[in-house]
Amino acid sequence: MFEAVAFYLFAFLTITMFWITVTTAQALYALSALAAGMIFISAFFFILGADFLGAVQIIVYTGAVMALYAFGMMFFDTTREVKEKHGNKYIVVGLSVLAAVMIVAIFSAPIISTNMQAFYPVIEGAGNTQMVGLVLFTKYLVPFEVAAIMLLVAMVAGIVLAGKKMDLSLTLLNAQEIQAIEDEKNKKVLS
Amino acid sequence: MDMAYLIETVIKVVVILLVFSALAGIGTYFERKILAFMQRRLGPTNVGPFGLLQVGADGIKLFTKEDIIPTNVVAPIFKIAPVITAATAFMAAAAIPFLPAFTVFGYEVHPIVADINIGILYVLGVMAVGLFGPLLGGMASANKFSLLSAARAAAVFISYEVVTGLSILAPIMMVGSLSLIDFNNYQIENGWILWSQPLAFILFWIAAFAETGRTPFHLIANDHEIIDGFGTEYSGMRWGLFFIGEYANMFFISFVIPIIFLGGFGDGSIFGALALFGKMAFFFFFFLWVRAAWPDVRPDQLMWLCWKVLMPLAVINVVITGFVMMF
Repeated sequence: MFEAVAFYLFAFLTITMFWITVTTAQALYALSALAAGMIFISAFFFILGADFLGAVQIIVYTGAVMALYAFGMMFFDTTREVKEKHGNKYIVVGLSVLAAVMIVAIFSAPIISTNMQAFYPVIEGAGNTQMVGLVLFTKYLVPFEVAAIMLLVAMVAGIVLAGKKMDLSLTLLNAQEIQAIEDEKNKKVLS
Repeated sequence: MDMAYLIETVIKVVVILLVFSALAGIGTYFERKILAFMQRRLGPTNVGPFGLLQVGADGIKLFTKEDIIPTNVVAPIFKIAPVITAATAFMAAAAIPFLPAFTVFGYEVHPIVADINIGILYVLGVMAVGLFGPLLGGMASANKFSLLSAARAAAVFISYEVVTGLSILAPIMMVGSLSLIDFNNYQIENGWILWSQPLAFILFWIAAFAETGRTPFHLIANDHEIIDGFGTEYSGMRWGLFFIGEYANMFFISFVIPIIFLGGFGDGSIFGALALFGKMAFFFFFFLWVRAAWPDVRPDQLMWLCWKVLMPLAVINVVITGFVMMF
């Protein structure tokens, strides 16, 4: 009974929060509702007994939404409403209905056909965290490593974009050119 | 689900809420007395014996003060922000074992609300959600100082979360579990983790100061630069909730550090339980000691310390631990 109560409570809360996120014109409301919705989703993992994923959901999305808040702070006055451009409403409604129907169809198809099989049977004595680790480092090792490399690329690119004068390598310049750069710097300070 | 379990859980939740709300109040008394002692003052003396009733007087003041919602703020977010800080602080306590299991009238009591097998992740994750309180409060108040404080809260959160996670990773690798009770049991057999992971201990301790927003990293509410930061526009009990959240967080992190690194409650004897309280008291005292002894750092110094010193050290620590465990 508690599981049912918890499920319907958090289902209602999550949907309400994401509805607010989409419909509001206030950047602060949208961001806060997004954060709340993401954290409420973790409740489903806890109900299903996937404690590890639930905790990871909380940790990852608090950090991610916090970064979004930082962007919101930069681009908007978050205490005022944002003027939004509304395009063709029929297209928006049509596309969202289509997407919703497709998601329901995708997830209900295997349940209806009763063709679901667990690839990895539960290992005795292995906890939730160990199971995630086992699958991640055997079956999904390649996607996992590829994701790691992509994140590394993104990080290096971010550092290069944010850093100043990264195209300039002092080791490739000769003494006079370095001296010229130094003089330029001193000129700016003196003037 | 059987009824006894339900009643036991409700009682535990109520006890933790009452005890730590009261401790948050008494914590302010300790803070004032200790800071006064270190600065050669007297601290509170007039209200009651040794000024002990000052806590009650403050409570009455906070509860009865008018709750002001200024004109230009985003009211719903402004109202909910302090509740987030206080609520998440207590939610994090659900996975902390405060005492060893004991028996009352032939009924065995485990003084932990929910012994989930990912205790550490849950405690640190939910504690981190608490920083949404200062962030939302600062962004919702139409005040420049509050906004600055919110920006600093976001910066501190994003950076120190990394150090907390990486520093705790090496002990987790050694224990092979994320449950705080498993940490305690591991240390009964193998000695305190402090001796094998001193670097992780120091990094986690430093990050704890950032996580709770205490003095060397108190820049989200730095009185001499940005008034009270996110709390500038708050009054009465809403401000009081921020306060309770901060002090409850200090107490909970003071429990978590000894459980992870200093042997916790040991083998579960009465001596072990008292020792855990002693260690907790020391870490709480250390928070206050640092506040009396050290100045605040600038935001750029804080970022420098996090990304250029603490994070590389934490990564090196994880790599070395991995190699030692492999060979």
